[in-house]
Amino acid sequence: MAERTSAPAREQWTGQYGFILAAIGSAVGLGNIWRFPGVAYDNGGGAFLIPYLVALLTAGIPILLLDYSLGHRFRGSAPTVFRRLGRKYEPLGWFQVAISFVIATYYTVIIVWAIRYIGFSVDLAWGEDTSGFFFNEFLRYSGAGLSTDFVGGIFWPMLVLWVVTLLILALGVASGIERANKIFMPLLVILFAIMVVRALFLEGATDGLTAFFTPNWEALRDANVWIAAYSQIFFSLSIAFGIMLTYSSYLRRRSNVAPTGFVVAFANSSFELLAGIGVFATLGFMAAQQGIAIDDLENLTGVMLSFATFPQIVSMMPGGPIFGILFFTSLTLAGFTSLISILQVVSAAFQEKFGLSRVQASLYIGGFAAVISLGLYSSTSGLAILDTVDAYTNEVGVVLSAILTCVIVTVGARKLPELRAHLNTVSTGHIGRWWSVLVGLVVPLALLVMLVTSLVTLVEEPYEGYPVSFLLVAGWGLVGLMVVAAIVYTLIPWRRPVDDFTPDPIPALEEVGR
Amino acid sequence: MTPLAIVFMIIAMLVIWGGLVVAITFLARHPLAPEDDDGGPAARGPSPSTR
Repeated sequence: MAERTSAPAREQWTGQYGFILAAIGSAVGLGNIWRFPGVAYDNGGGAFLIPYLVALLTAGIPILLLDYSLGHRFRGSAPTVFRRLGRKYEPLGWFQVAISFVIATYYTVIIVWAIRYIGFSVDLAWGEDTSGFFFNEFLRYSGAGLSTDFVGGIFWPMLVLWVVTLLILALGVASGIERANKIFMPLLVILFAIMVVRALFLEGATDGLTAFFTPNWEALRDANVWIAAYSQIFFSLSIAFGIMLTYSSYLRRRSNVAPTGFVVAFANSSFELLAGIGVFATLGFMAAQQGIAIDDLENLTGVMLSFATFPQIVSMMPGGPIFGILFFTSLTLAGFTSLISILQVVSAAFQEKFGLSRVQASLYIGGFAAVISLGLYSSTSGLAILDTVDAYTNEVGVVLSAILTCVIVTVGARKLPELRAHLNTVSTGHIGRWWSVLVGLVVPLALLVMLVTSLVTLVEEPYEGYPVSFLLVAGWGLVGLMVVAAIVYTLIPWRRPVDDFTPDPIPALEEVGR
Repeated sequence: MTPLAIVFMIIAMLVIWGGLVVAITFLARHPLAPEDDDGGPAARGPSPSTR
């Protein structure tokens, strides 16, 4: 058996404010800015508010609180927490670590694109054909496959970004992560708010908002709209793959956990609403300039919205460069604060299982992630791999992880009453039995519907029309690899004591747990 | 903007931004009891991660 070392004292946030900012920084990411507006518009406009709120209250907040209670009660990274629920559950922890590892590798390249586009905004370097510029000149996109042709304009900034990110992780929870969020989050809110206000004064902005908010009640009868609402809430809050669990494990033992969760969840949605207003006011301007209806606009979400449509709008706009700088800086900051939270999941897990220091974890594990990230995503085939890996990791990996978490907590380890009692013991306010019903029954069922729908779609038609052989490797192969990694890392012996752990007593378990 | 869209915009703002204000207000008005900071039942237990 490997020699065991004793664990150092657990790192802590400096206080509640630092934790809240970091948790909001994690939740508010690229999806808030580039995904929510288009998804809401496509799925009923103003009427989308209803499934969205239902999803927030029945799935988003309950799972967020589940993550918080797991991390805070069992005080560890994902593998530590699930092992403490029962030895046989440790693989789920490593599965979550694998998901975070994979997401971190491609999240960096998107942030690098955003950083490069801050520069391109200054002189509108993308010219007339913004889509052509993005694919051909900037990415030098070669299609689905594995290219060894690297793009210098992406590789070098990406290397710098990795060094900076790992440096922040090495500095630790309070001096690195918390401090970064205390600088970047207020900055993000200010820059983004300025951008939104500017957008509201553009010609055609109100038409954009009319399109965004006009309810289409028919949409509510479409099951896919409800699935879209649950997906949006779910992926936007960054729940069920270790992040919120890891972050909450650095809270002091006596922390006001539950009310904090509501603040984080509503802050995340508040930013999404702000993004919806900003993006659609801007799209209204574009439609007005082109003399077409909002309906006829294309590329309203994701990579295309940010790197093709927005540059086009920036070029049309008086004072466009400033608007472009604001937009891409916001994208960079939102992405970066999420990236460090994703990597902390990985770093914390390796620190605890392998007895590594923060610096060692950043250097070895972070360095390994950086090599894979640079190898796959700074090459000319990066976009297709990113697109596929993102879809499979989220739609299959994260959803599966969430279902397993609910099932293990509810029927496997039977810890739901204990976790609710824990939340109620450490927090002001009271989490009622509704929470157990949602986590134990409603959420896993809703997620199962989402998972089956995704699986059927992924099996029936090749994702984005990519070659099947490519999808077998970059999609299904990847999910398989994550499962294998989860098992292999579980089998390796712990270098630090993990099992001699007794959760804090809950004096009121008899009453509150009932 | 059409009146219908304005109504929905206001509802969305009230519910989501209002929800944030309510959540922050609740947290601010219901802090943990100060004497529990160091000596509450949850804080008194041994620290397993340091054992």
